[in-house]
Amino acid sequence: MSDKVKVTIDGITVEVAPGTTILNAARQIGGDIVPPAMCYYSKLEGSGGKCRTCIVKVSKGSEKDPRPMPKLVASCRTTVMDGMEVQNITSPEVIEARSGVVEMLLINHPLDCPVCDQAGECDLQNLGYEHGLQKTRYEFERRTFERIDIGDKIQLHMNRCILCYRCVFTADQITNKRVHGILNRGDHSEISTYIQTAVDNDFSGNVIDVCPVGALTDKTFRFKNRVWFTKPIDAHRDCPTCSGKVTLWYKGENVLRVTARKDIYGEVEEFICNTCRFDKKKTADWVIEHPTVISDTSVIASNHYETLKPLPVIQNNPQLQQANKVELEKTTKF
Amino acid sequence: MARKLLLEHINVPGINTFDVYRQKGGYRAVEKALKTLTPDEVVEEVKKSGLRGRGGAGFPTGMKWSFLAKPEGVARYLVCNADESEPGTFKDRYLMTYIPHALIEGMIVSSFALGANTSYIYVRGEMMPQIRILEKAIAEAKNAGFLGKNILGTGYDLELYVQPGGGAYICGEETALLESLEGKRGNPRIKPPFPAIAGLYGCPTVVNNVESIAATVPIINDGGDEYAKIGIGRSTGTKLISASGNLVRPGVYEIELGLPVEEFIYSDEYCGGIANGKRLKATVAGGSSVPILPANLTLKLANGDPRLMSYESLSEGGFATGSMMGSGGFIAFDEDQCIVRNTWNFSRFYHHESCGQCSPCREGTGWMEKVLHRIEYGHGKMSDIDLLVDVSKKIEGNTICPLGDAAAWPVASAIRHFRDEFEWHVKEPIKCLDTNYGLANYAQPIAKAEVTTGN
Repeated sequence: MSDKVKVTIDGITVEVAPGTTILNAARQIGGDIVPPAMCYYSKLEGSGGKCRTCIVKVSKGSEKDPRPMPKLVASCRTTVMDGMEVQNITSPEVIEARSGVVEMLLINHPLDCPVCDQAGECDLQNLGYEHGLQKTRYEFERRTFERIDIGDKIQLHMNRCILCYRCVFTADQITNKRVHGILNRGDHSEISTYIQTAVDNDFSGNVIDVCPVGALTDKTFRFKNRVWFTKPIDAHRDCPTCSGKVTLWYKGENVLRVTARKDIYGEVEEFICNTCRFDKKKTADWVIEHPTVISDTSVIASNHYETLKPLPVIQNNPQLQQANKVELEKTTKF
Repeated sequence: MARKLLLEHINVPGINTFDVYRQKGGYRAVEKALKTLTPDEVVEEVKKSGLRGRGGAGFPTGMKWSFLAKPEGVARYLVCNADESEPGTFKDRYLMTYIPHALIEGMIVSSFALGANTSYIYVRGEMMPQIRILEKAIAEAKNAGFLGKNILGTGYDLELYVQPGGGAYICGEETALLESLEGKRGNPRIKPPFPAIAGLYGCPTVVNNVESIAATVPIINDGGDEYAKIGIGRSTGTKLISASGNLVRPGVYEIELGLPVEEFIYSDEYCGGIANGKRLKATVAGGSSVPILPANLTLKLANGDPRLMSYESLSEGGFATGSMMGSGGFIAFDEDQCIVRNTWNFSRFYHHESCGQCSPCREGTGWMEKVLHRIEYGHGKMSDIDLLVDVSKKIEGNTICPLGDAAAWPVASAIRHFRDEFEWHVKEPIKCLDTNYGLANYAQPIAKAEVTTGN
């Protein structure tokens, strides 16, 4: 008897280990059918389920109980069952709901991409491009906050925060002193360091890497350059605190910033210490490996955009083509 | 005269004390359950009774109990949800205040059935008088040997604690309640796992409403079959209804499920009609979170049948016309009440109470409230009405917990049934702001509804 379970996502079947979430099953398939995730972070226990961008439709629960799930579910927190059938980009309902979520996320997130340090590597920017409306329908005053220096190297700009909780989980799980979390409730919620104390520990810089938007930024890099003008190089050093595996972001011969290495979903592979991140900015500090592999669709690989292509499963199925008319039209525009 | 099971002795002086409660037959259910029944037999009786959760969702209680995981060597918990804080719902507070031993007795019976040796009553923090009443009742029960070690010599141990909550509406959601009970911020957990598998401190847990737990007492005393004879269809037994709004006699009533809504509103046994001789405009049948119904649909179904106070009848007719039994928080609005203002008021509550964890609820509840405020105060646009409908759709079903739905339904249903009143607010901002002008001059919804004015 196989110890794997079969799940079909947008018509593509994959076998995964029991207990795998729909999102991770989709990541095993890859491509466009992978739901976006703003709050889920595979390296952080308990993350996910909050931003609701990864919602999908379970059109068949399992072989044993084929009933569809009554509501859309968060794919990052819903585990697969054998025979489950899931619709992501093939469900107009999902696309509609996701665009609603994006609209909500953008209510209090300024579209100041031209001056935001995260521009070019911002998940919300991508999401807004893929699912957002051209014009906001929200006509009320936005939440605004003063910038807060949490430590000498990290700046928190709550205006851009989408309350994904990733930095809270990071502080909770990989640092030895929990000094920041969420204050207040509802749309008054804010990330705070509890009376503006500094985040001061060896791994605090990782909150910058996990932030999907530009709310937590590296003060040693802020406004130094645009990310697409820099050249990422993988490097390592013998670090007594962390793995020492990093990406160096070069402009000319200068290392402008150091970050942890990220996978194709923008998630840190191994968290790095503050010494590597903030204090080692000379090439001599590092053993250079090779240029970082960057996705062709990333703005960092500028001028190398790949034409959007519909999935083979859609290309071969008139029903799915009809259901994804809008998405397919996009592919002919570029 | 309708049969009373929970409020039978409500008028007996001193019924809140152990001695008087005992004299009136109290704690018989504990004796019967612990001495003559096995835990599984108690669960079976509750299943037979057809009792449905009285907190709002209406899920069969016996079935919920049977889902409880029973791993060896792991504690199981019963938690009573006494965080009642939905606008319009105040029946649990009434029960805890006047007959606290009914809840304590139910807790013992239910804990025994579930194999729980430690149980909690999670009470909303603001209800300090009720917390003190319950603590006193627990002490009395313990002195009499109904709590603690080796209850009535049966070998069953139970410790019962009252835990004040932080005073947030969201803590009435069962997983947020468990988080709060564990001493954390009261944010809902993402399900699964469900509390029956991993609840309080990661152990199998059942969370039941005050009234559901108290209802197990008559079920065990008289038998599940007897209880199931009361009511109609899958709505069995009696139900506490907290009636408020423009009624002659608002208050808490125990009804047999299946009672016609018209009789509940207009008969002298219950609410006695609409106050000041006014006409009924609309009702909210199950607390502020359920869809509002205009008068004609409150009294009659879409096909003309009388609407009954039952889980099925109140939701019949499809979502377009239906509402819900919910928690039994029955609010009546007379013809002078402004639906827009009321909807804004409800929306303000849900905006304030959203925990802020998930994006659609955090941002959407505030958005709806601001748009409603704008319409109510004469700055609305016609497009705002469709915007509200759209935003409510974007929230509904897309949130971690039901608070998003609870915020969306009142808005969507108010616009569905009273759209012309919203449009009137946009068209005539001066008139709707002028309290002297009042809604009496705005008779459109009333004229449309064929309202029965009582018996």
